[in-house]
Amino acid sequence: MKIAVSSSGNDLTSQVDPRFGRAAFFLIVDAETMDCRAVENRQHLNLPQGAGIQAAQTVAAENVDVVITGNCGPKAFRVLQAAGIQVVTGAQGRIEDVISRYNSGEFETADGANVKGHWM
Amino acid sequence: MIISVASGKGGTGKTMVATNLALALDRKVQLLDCDVEEPNAHLFVQAAFDHRETVTTPVPKIDQRRCTQCGECEQICQFKAIAVLPDTDALTFPELCHSCGGCWTVCPENAISLDQRELGVIETGHRNGIFFAHGRLRIGEAMAPPLIRAVRATALPDRPTIIDAPPGTSCPVIAAMKDTDVVLLVTEPTPFGLHDLQLAVGAVRILDIPCALVINRQGAGDDRVLQYALQEKIPVLMEIPFDRRFAEIYSRGEMLIEAMPVWAPRFRALYRQIETLVVYRKAAAR
Repeated sequence: MKIAVSSSGNDLTSQVDPRFGRAAFFLIVDAETMDCRAVENRQHLNLPQGAGIQAAQTVAAENVDVVITGNCGPKAFRVLQAAGIQVVTGAQGRIEDVISRYNSGEFETADGANVKGHWM
Repeated sequence: MIISVASGKGGTGKTMVATNLALALDRKVQLLDCDVEEPNAHLFVQAAFDHRETVTTPVPKIDQRRCTQCGECEQICQFKAIAVLPDTDALTFPELCHSCGGCWTVCPENAISLDQRELGVIETGHRNGIFFAHGRLRIGEAMAPPLIRAVRATALPDRPTIIDAPPGTSCPVIAAMKDTDVVLLVTEPTPFGLHDLQLAVGAVRILDIPCALVINRQGAGDDRVLQYALQEKIPVLMEIPFDRRFAEIYSRGEMLIEAMPVWAPRFRALYRQIETLVVYRKAAAR
């Protein structure tokens, strides 16, 4: 199971970045082995619009099964859904803790965006 | 002649000046309320509307049977309005589209046709000899400039035009001021009024349009706006005193020139001064 977590830093001790589209990094984590790799999201941080869409495409290109983040807007959610990626919102804290909580079944998969879009 | 009435700061009296200027003139004139995000000139003009039209903008619609997911449309789009994902239908986000036409031009499969997104409505009508038009942006719509251009396109060629512009200095204001003969900036003598006036003057100078000032609520603050006008050689064509009666008249939806008729010749004089300014400017440019 491959998980992308929106992250404020580049390793498992980093905090979950509450923003999906404008997160500093995505940590691509193997939930079984805890192997991880950081993908920078800097090119999307300063987009005037569409940051969530691009971020969703970035994690889709990593072939992840699940996205764990704080907040996910409607457009990013639509892209993730089209790519067949499950979304978990409302996560916060250290990423290694969040992954183990996810493994123990503490989070439910979101059935929609949990925040409104910034544009519409 | 086209006069745009702008301000920088909101709430300085643009609509009061624009409506009274239009109604004071004893000649055929037209007033275009280009503040499509919150139009209010109609409350004062009370024109009888006889025409209503929905304004749309083209957005892409992808024929998924023809689409090969090559991604060219996504690459040319500067507004992230198209997302192409492997093994699934390309997604469009029409609300982000600026209608540049890039996607349907580059698509090698001709898989993109035009859909329409509603921007809002324009309404036109008359009161006495005045032609009046305004636009109302659809709630949730972010793109005001094309609707503003649609309002301006209703203008009749045979008479002077007065445009009530939105506040600020961003794209909607530029759409309202662009290609006008003169910008009448309405400000107030407060630090906030001066600050935003300076921004507005900066925008007007980039557009290379002559401008003049109306100082509203004169006496409320200090004389720094006046000093700024002197220093920048911007003519002050009218000063409206800070007086509770003006606010009362306006809040009842009445016209200043009707409630206090002494103001009618003053607005006619304002128009003549603007006319003179434009004539001199054009002569100087030759």
